[in-house]
Amino acid sequence: MTRIRFQQSLDDLKEQLLVMAGLAEQAIQRAIEAYRVRDLSICDLVSRSEIAINRLEREIDQTALDLLAMEQPMAIDLRFILSVIKINADLERVGDAAKSISERVRGMDQMAVADLPVDIPRMASLAAAMVRKCLQSFIEADAEMARSVLSMDDAVDAMNRAAYKALTKVMEEQSHIAPQALNALMICRNLERVADHATNIAEDVIFWLQGADVRHYKSVTGGRDPHAVG
Amino acid sequence: MGVGIEVTNLNAWYGTNHTLQDINLNIPANHATALIGPSGCGKSTFVRCLNRMHETNPIARVTGTVRIGDLDIYQDAKPVEIRRRVGMVFQRPNPFPTMSIYDNVAAGLKLNGYSNRRVLDETVERSLKNSALWDEVKDELKKKSGASLSGGQQQRLCIARALAVDPEVLLMDEPASALDPVSTSKIEDLIFQLKTQYTIVIVTHNMQQAARVAEKTGFFLNGRMVEFDSTHKIFTNPSDKRTEDYITGRFG
Repeated sequence: MTRIRFQQSLDDLKEQLLVMAGLAEQAIQRAIEAYRVRDLSICDLVSRSEIAINRLEREIDQTALDLLAMEQPMAIDLRFILSVIKINADLERVGDAAKSISERVRGMDQMAVADLPVDIPRMASLAAAMVRKCLQSFIEADAEMARSVLSMDDAVDAMNRAAYKALTKVMEEQSHIAPQALNALMICRNLERVADHATNIAEDVIFWLQGADVRHYKSVTGGRDPHAVG
Repeated sequence: MGVGIEVTNLNAWYGTNHTLQDINLNIPANHATALIGPSGCGKSTFVRCLNRMHETNPIARVTGTVRIGDLDIYQDAKPVEIRRRVGMVFQRPNPFPTMSIYDNVAAGLKLNGYSNRRVLDETVERSLKNSALWDEVKDELKKKSGASLSGGQQQRLCIARALAVDPEVLLMDEPASALDPVSTSKIEDLIFQLKTQYTIVIVTHNMQQAARVAEKTGFFLNGRMVEFDSTHKIFTNPSDKRTEDYITGRFG
């Protein structure tokens, strides 16, 4: 093994990203929990963690930039660093989505509880599972696990579409609970974005490990994954 | 214009040391092809087989076929004729130290029997222009010796000397490894221009240089060619684990 220092730097970069991943995953889980139990103190924790996430995002980008400039990485090392840069941006946006959800929870505190035709906890649990799984695929360097995340996104998208339809109907027909419906709609939208970021992260894990670009494969190939195994 | 090179079942030995084993390769015309690999992997031996320099060593031996364009170089031609068609530039610039710049460039032509002054003048000027050295030396062509130039200029002088005999292929064995970054950039720019007219094969230890100048790259290891593919593929997602381990610095 040569370039020992470089390999150590790559390990350090991965370690930094895992800390970032831990913070982002915790933030989205806390935001979901804050919604479930309507606890504003949890919203405060989400807001505080966003500061740490933003700081870490900049540090990771700086480390990655230094490695690109100083080490001129090739092949799997180059793909790893590019993936880290992109995953880093997606994790920061997961943190943003968590903060948006927690702000909606704060807004709901002033409103009467309304019975809405949408299962936010179920959608949240699916989006959180996607985040957990894509990060696990990164930790374990498992492209097949990353691929399994891609197919989960369709279910979240479908739930978001259904929520949009149901909640706009509520806003049209029951104007006295329109603010609650709008809040729920925004939370669904944020959860759908979290799922999209998890999908992006899974695609980046596949790119890192296999050099395969599987982004937008549905629009390019009409639904067939050109790099699917078997 | 450059011509393609077709290598079939090429094997080479130094004494009992089997330094190249079963090399099969098609090098495209008018492109730059880089050969990479750790020291002693056989890449320099390989390029020396492309102009029959390998066999100048009395204990060396070659089997297999090398076709340069339509010419089977081990069957159809003498080594001197091959070396006119296949120019070579070495790691360390090696101008003839006592000759002027002009005579350095004209040396190959004179050896081939050309003596017409006008032809020599035109060829020297064209070759120095093609090697991007003309503007720097045109006023002192016959006053200055080749050895008085800087290292980077000497290397471009050697390229001009190789171009003067109008080769079809230019072999470059680590042409910029002894040069500073600015001179290296000039050589790389030059390779970019020259490949429109010549087929270029460049041996390099500098991975970034291979990535910058070559369309195709071959990876040699222990006398065998492990992988030959587009440079883009080799440096972003090589097919063979050994190639990846080498270019990412895990060995070598």
